[in-house]
Amino acid sequence: MADTTATATPETVTTTEDGIRRRDFLDIAAVSAAGIGGLAVVYPLVSQMAPSKDVLAASSTEVDISAIEPGQAIKAVFRKQPLFVKRLTPAEIQAANATATGSLRDPQSLADRTKEGHEDILVTMGVCTHLGCVPLGAAEGEVKGEFGGYFCPCHGSHYDTAGRIRKGPAPTNLEVPEYEFTSDTVIQVG
Amino acid sequence: MLKLLSVRLVAMLVGLVFAAAALWALVIGLIALATEEPAGHLPYEKPMDLAWSFDGPFGKWDQQQLQRGLKVYDEVCAACHSLKFVAFRDLEQLGYSEGQVKAYAAAKQVPGIDPNTGEDTMRPGLPTDYFPSPYPNAVAAAAANNNAIPPDLSLMTKARGDGTNYVASLLMGYQDPSPELLAEHPEAAPGPGLYHNPYFPNLNLAMAPPIGMDGQVTYDDGTEATIKQMSKDVAAFLTWTAEPTMVKRKQTGWPVLIFLLFATVLAYMSKQQIWSAVKPKK
Amino acid sequence: MSFPWARQYEPKNGLTKFLDEKLPLPRLVYNAVGAGYPVPRNLSYFWNFGVLAGFFLVVQIVTGVVLAMHYAANAQVAFATTEHIMRDVNWGWLMRYAHANGASFFFIVVYLHIFRGLFYSSYKAPREMIWLLGVVIFLLMMATAFMGYVLPWGQMSFWGAKVITGLFGAIPLVGEPIQVWLLGGFAPDNAALNRFFSLHFLLPFVIAGVVILHIWALHIPGSSNPTGVEIKSESDTVPFHPYYTAKDGFGLGIALLLYFALVFFMPNALGHPDNYIEANPLSTPAHIVPEWYFWPFYAILRAFTVDFLIVPAKLMGVIAMFASILLWFFLPWLDKSPVRSGHYRPLFRKFFWFGLIPAMAVLFVCGGAPAEEPFVILSQIATAYYFLHFLVILPIVSSVEKPEPLPYSITEAVLGSDKKVVKGENTSPAV
Repeated sequence: MADTTATATPETVTTTEDGIRRRDFLDIAAVSAAGIGGLAVVYPLVSQMAPSKDVLAASSTEVDISAIEPGQAIKAVFRKQPLFVKRLTPAEIQAANATATGSLRDPQSLADRTKEGHEDILVTMGVCTHLGCVPLGAAEGEVKGEFGGYFCPCHGSHYDTAGRIRKGPAPTNLEVPEYEFTSDTVIQVG
Repeated sequence: MLKLLSVRLVAMLVGLVFAAAALWALVIGLIALATEEPAGHLPYEKPMDLAWSFDGPFGKWDQQQLQRGLKVYDEVCAACHSLKFVAFRDLEQLGYSEGQVKAYAAAKQVPGIDPNTGEDTMRPGLPTDYFPSPYPNAVAAAAANNNAIPPDLSLMTKARGDGTNYVASLLMGYQDPSPELLAEHPEAAPGPGLYHNPYFPNLNLAMAPPIGMDGQVTYDDGTEATIKQMSKDVAAFLTWTAEPTMVKRKQTGWPVLIFLLFATVLAYMSKQQIWSAVKPKK
Repeated sequence: MSFPWARQYEPKNGLTKFLDEKLPLPRLVYNAVGAGYPVPRNLSYFWNFGVLAGFFLVVQIVTGVVLAMHYAANAQVAFATTEHIMRDVNWGWLMRYAHANGASFFFIVVYLHIFRGLFYSSYKAPREMIWLLGVVIFLLMMATAFMGYVLPWGQMSFWGAKVITGLFGAIPLVGEPIQVWLLGGFAPDNAALNRFFSLHFLLPFVIAGVVILHIWALHIPGSSNPTGVEIKSESDTVPFHPYYTAKDGFGLGIALLLYFALVFFMPNALGHPDNYIEANPLSTPAHIVPEWYFWPFYAILRAFTVDFLIVPAKLMGVIAMFASILLWFFLPWLDKSPVRSGHYRPLFRKFFWFGLIPAMAVLFVCGGAPAEEPFVILSQIATAYYFLHFLVILPIVSSVEKPEPLPYSITEAVLGSDKKVVKGENTSPAV
């Protein structure tokens, strides 16, 4: 690969330069078509990583709440994540309502977080809004934190009886998923 | 040079050895061929060539037919055959609403666990469940069917050559063996528990004729349920279960091919332009 | 590749200058497949298949990595996850069909590439190393394809794995322990499936590495050409880019049209229906065949139906099958003709077209057919010819035949005259 450019014969160079000018349009069109084709291939390659049909279909869960006693909670599974369904005692409802909403980090009232006519049923994701650990407090005998709701042991987030963040690093209240009562005793989540 | 020569000599010897071995096998084979009676095949028939809505590069599903086929599967095949790769939710592709699919699933019993005791039990199906197997396991299936396990039907039309036609032909094809056949191949007579069918490669199979008479299934859309109609409908349904994405595949193919044709023509013109500079002038 | 007239890479702006100084990758590409690589100007479309083979290797790696995101190499679920890909994964059916048919197309273009090499004797000096590396790539491809076909865990997968590992059982004394060791068991199961998956993922990258060596070796003498006459002067060549990039682009378009016609409209045409039946260790399919690209070699394996002297038939078949490919390694030294291209070798050409090609066609058909007459007899004749052709006929023919006169140069072959030999005609441009 030494210095050899000088040996290029003049006629070759002339032909090539002349050719480049004439074929400009076709070349650009052909290369653009190849580029478009390449981009089109990216679409299936990217979307194949999105949730598949069976995963999307499994994204609704029915929970029977008839057996939950006041003060008890059950853990169900929604989208492969824990779901807490809790029947609040009158004392817990009172404690939740006694808190001034405006003073909260994520201002929501208990009524905002439950369905009308079913204010004693609190449905939340069992996923701490800080970094995704499962808070304690749903099962019998677990620590409920300083505010009597849920307590996340990973980084010490305390949630109150309405699942609202009261202390610790979590930025928002425990998420209330979309759900509805299909009957008085069954809720459908998702 | 000497070394190269010896490479070739060795090669020639090796080549002769392999050729001799192959030809030796040929000679022995020819002698055997001349002295022994060749084992003949039983003459089975190729599937009938039927017309299907999903044939060809522009083919589409006939949703009414698939729905009828589902009913035939349900009322006839499902007694013995599973459909394990198909979920109830997939039935929405046949034109059923979400509610209809839910009701359909709920009418089926699928294996579950008693939430209180943890014991195995049956529960109503959910759209996310798959078609349940009629037998709890392969041993039970074999025991109930004279040791011939009814195969899963999800992929049946892909698992046989010309599968859609094969399934339809087989269902319509049950008949007594012809006297000519029996005269030539006495072994073609069906043994105990076997049924004659010219479309089955062994000519005799363990499955009793599943579709035995006209009107065996009552179609919701009023189509007359002849044996041929039911056979075709369930074959079409099983073609869908084998490859639910078939129509989408064909429909995706057209724009891809048309674009590629366009791009290839461009590439050809561009190539001609570029090469015109160095092509010899005539 | 160091033709004195090869164009030099000249970095134009700051970034390319910086790169050229620190990591001259653009220069490498420029000299490998850019304007810096002078290529004979007379290449036919048979010279397209090297680039196409590289393209399909990339297709296989990309679609394969995608499939591996959804597949599980466990005998309990392998078949089900394959169906999961076909039914539920977004565009999964496309990825799988593209991968399965991509393997077929990879072999089609590689076979045409090998065919080119055989007819034009591209294996002859100074290109022996390119050929040897090519045979290595082919062997790696065969291993990769075989293990990939096992992964869906259908009936053909299972029985293919059993039969092919059974070949090693033919080795005297150590055969059976080797077979058990290869499978990690007495029949194909989780252990075999997992190691096949692991190796099936690894080998394509090994192939990619050997492909780089193959291309490197190519750039030392430069590309061969249909006349077999080596490059003499600049007028014999054109720069790879834009001339052959454009020609390869067109060839790629044609290949993709055929490929996608197959993928979208008859994706199972080259497969076997039995592989849509889940693997069943207790029931053998009526007619076990490998994928079509193995048929010629499978026919050679099965041609040896009787013991030969002291060698058992099974062992003879296995040795012959491996020998039928390994003998390609010796071609550069078996063919001593001074002329490369089959166009100028009358006797070689006759044996090539009327001997080797029909024999390969017969072997191909027989390999896919059931082991019954007339296929067994035909495959025995074709197998005998195959070995005679490469190991006996080729060395003799290449010694005794009188080649036809060659053109003086590539330029003369293209233009009918070369100014360097025709005196007094040095003013008109050569192009």
